[in-house]
Amino acid sequence: MAFLQLKEVEKTFFTYDSVTTAVEKINLTINKGEFISIIGPSGCGKTTLLSLISGLLHPTEGQILLDGKQIEKPTPETGYMLQQDYLFPWLTIEQNITLGLKTMGKTKIAEKELAYELLDTLGLSDKTKHYPSQLSGGMRQRVALVRMLSTDPKLLLLDEPFSALDYQTKLKLENLVFSTIRTHGKTAILVTHDIGEALAMSDRVILLTHRPGSIHQEFSVAHHLAEELPFNVRLDSQFTPLFQEVWKEMESLEKQT
Amino acid sequence: MKSKHEEMHRQFKKQTKTRTLQIRAVQILILLTFFIGWETAASARWIDPLLFSSPSRVWDLFLVRLQDGSLLMHTSVTLFETILGFILGTFLGTFLAAILWWSPFLSRVLDPYIVILNSMPKVALGPILIVGLGPGFTSIIAMGALISLVITTMVVYNAFREVDDNYVKVMKSFGATKRQSFFGAIFPASYPTMISTLKVNVGLAWVGVIVGEFLVSKQGLGYMIIYGFQVFNFTLVMLSLVIIAILATCMYQTVELVEKKLIRHRT
Repeated sequence: MAFLQLKEVEKTFFTYDSVTTAVEKINLTINKGEFISIIGPSGCGKTTLLSLISGLLHPTEGQILLDGKQIEKPTPETGYMLQQDYLFPWLTIEQNITLGLKTMGKTKIAEKELAYELLDTLGLSDKTKHYPSQLSGGMRQRVALVRMLSTDPKLLLLDEPFSALDYQTKLKLENLVFSTIRTHGKTAILVTHDIGEALAMSDRVILLTHRPGSIHQEFSVAHHLAEELPFNVRLDSQFTPLFQEVWKEMESLEKQT
Repeated sequence: MKSKHEEMHRQFKKQTKTRTLQIRAVQILILLTFFIGWETAASARWIDPLLFSSPSRVWDLFLVRLQDGSLLMHTSVTLFETILGFILGTFLGTFLAAILWWSPFLSRVLDPYIVILNSMPKVALGPILIVGLGPGFTSIIAMGALISLVITTMVVYNAFREVDDNYVKVMKSFGATKRQSFFGAIFPASYPTMISTLKVNVGLAWVGVIVGEFLVSKQGLGYMIIYGFQVFNFTLVMLSLVIIAILATCMYQTVELVEKKLIRHRT
C-alpha cells in the first residue's frame, strides 16, 4: 500500500540573481511501516526533500501525496526531528513535550497521556520539572523524540538527528529511536550522511546524486537485518559487504564531479 | 580523605566570603570619601559652597522640604511620569516591533522613516509636544515614552528576526499558525534582548521626563533643578540630583529582578 508517493518532484530556489535546482525527477513510493534512509553527498538536497515532504516547502513541479492526499502545509500528522534538539530553553521538559499538543489545542490530561508514557519509556519521567539546560545532549535528543511522537504522527521525518551527538550516545539512541518507531508502527524517513547509520536502521537506502539531487540508486537491506536493532546490524557479517557496496557507489558519484 | 576535602571546601568558602566583604568595604569607602571630601572641601572653601553646596546643606534642605511636603509632591510627580513613560515606550515599541515582524512589506516601507526618527534627537520635539498636548504631564510622559520608543522598536524587531528559524520550524511542524509561532517561539526567545532594552529604557525615560519638566517648568524634580538653577540655589539642584540617582537605581534594580525571574533557566 502506497503511504507516501513522490511523483516527478522538483524544487528550484529563486533569488534575485540566481536560480538553483535543489532536487529534480524524484519518484519514490514508501509503504506504511517502512523505514527509509536518504543519503548522498553534502548539498545534494536531502534536507530540502524532507522539508518538501513535511509541507514546509512546496515543490516547484510534481506532486507529493500522503495517504493519497496532496500535502498543502505542515500538519501534526507528520513529525519532524531536527539535527539539534531545539528544545525551547524557557519551557520545562513537561512543557516541551506537550508543545505540539498545546499548539493543536489538546490540553486535556487524557490527551497528554501518550507524551508522559513515552517519556517514561525513554527513562526521563523524573525530569519533567527540569529545564533543557539541565540535561545532557543525549537526554535532550530523547526529549525531542518524545516531543515529535507526542502528537501521534503517522509519518516521521528525521533530519540527521544523531549528528550532533558523541559516538556512544549516538549508537544507543539509534537503538532507542529504532525500537520506539517499530513498536508504534510508524513510517519513517531518515536523512543522514552516515552510511553505517542508514544501513543499520532502514529497510531501504536511497542514494542521491550531486545537486541537483535525483535518485541515483536504491539499496535494499535484507529483511532479517532490517528487523534487527541497529547495533546488532552493525555487528552482522552481511553488514560490511553492504557498507562497501554503498561506499563504492558514493565514491563513484564523487569522481563524476 | 573526606575530612581533608571538607576542610579545603571550608577554606574556599571563607576566601570567597572575604573577597566579597573586601569589595563591599571598598565600595562603601569610595562613597564615604566622596561625601566627606565634598563636605570638607566646601567647609574649607576649596570649592565655592554657593555653587557646589555641601552634603550637610543638602541634608538640611532635604529635611525642610520633606516637612513642608513639597519634596514628596515633586518626587511622586516625576516618578509617576517616568514609570508611565517607561512602560508606554517599552510596550508601544515592542508592539510596533511585532507589527513590523508580522508584515515584512510594512517593515520595508517604514525602514527609512524609522532610521530618520531614530537619528532625530527626540528632546528637540519637546516644544511641538508641549504645543500639541498642552504644558502638563501628558506631554512630559509623551517625551519620556518617545525617547525610548523608536530604539525599542528597532532593537526588539531585530531580536525577533534573529530568532533561530528552527524554533519556528518546530512550531510549524505541529501545524502552528503564524500567531502561535510568534507567541510560542519568537516572543519568548527574545526575552533576553527585551530585558536589555528595558535596562536602557530606564535611563532614557529619566532623560525624557527631566527634559520635559525643564521645558514645562511646573512641577517635578526637573522643575526643581531648573528653578534652583535660575534662583542660584544649587543646594536644591544637588538635592534633586541625589534623589534622581537613588530612584533611577531602584528602577534599574527592579528590572534586574524581572530579568532573574524571566531568564533564569538559560545557559
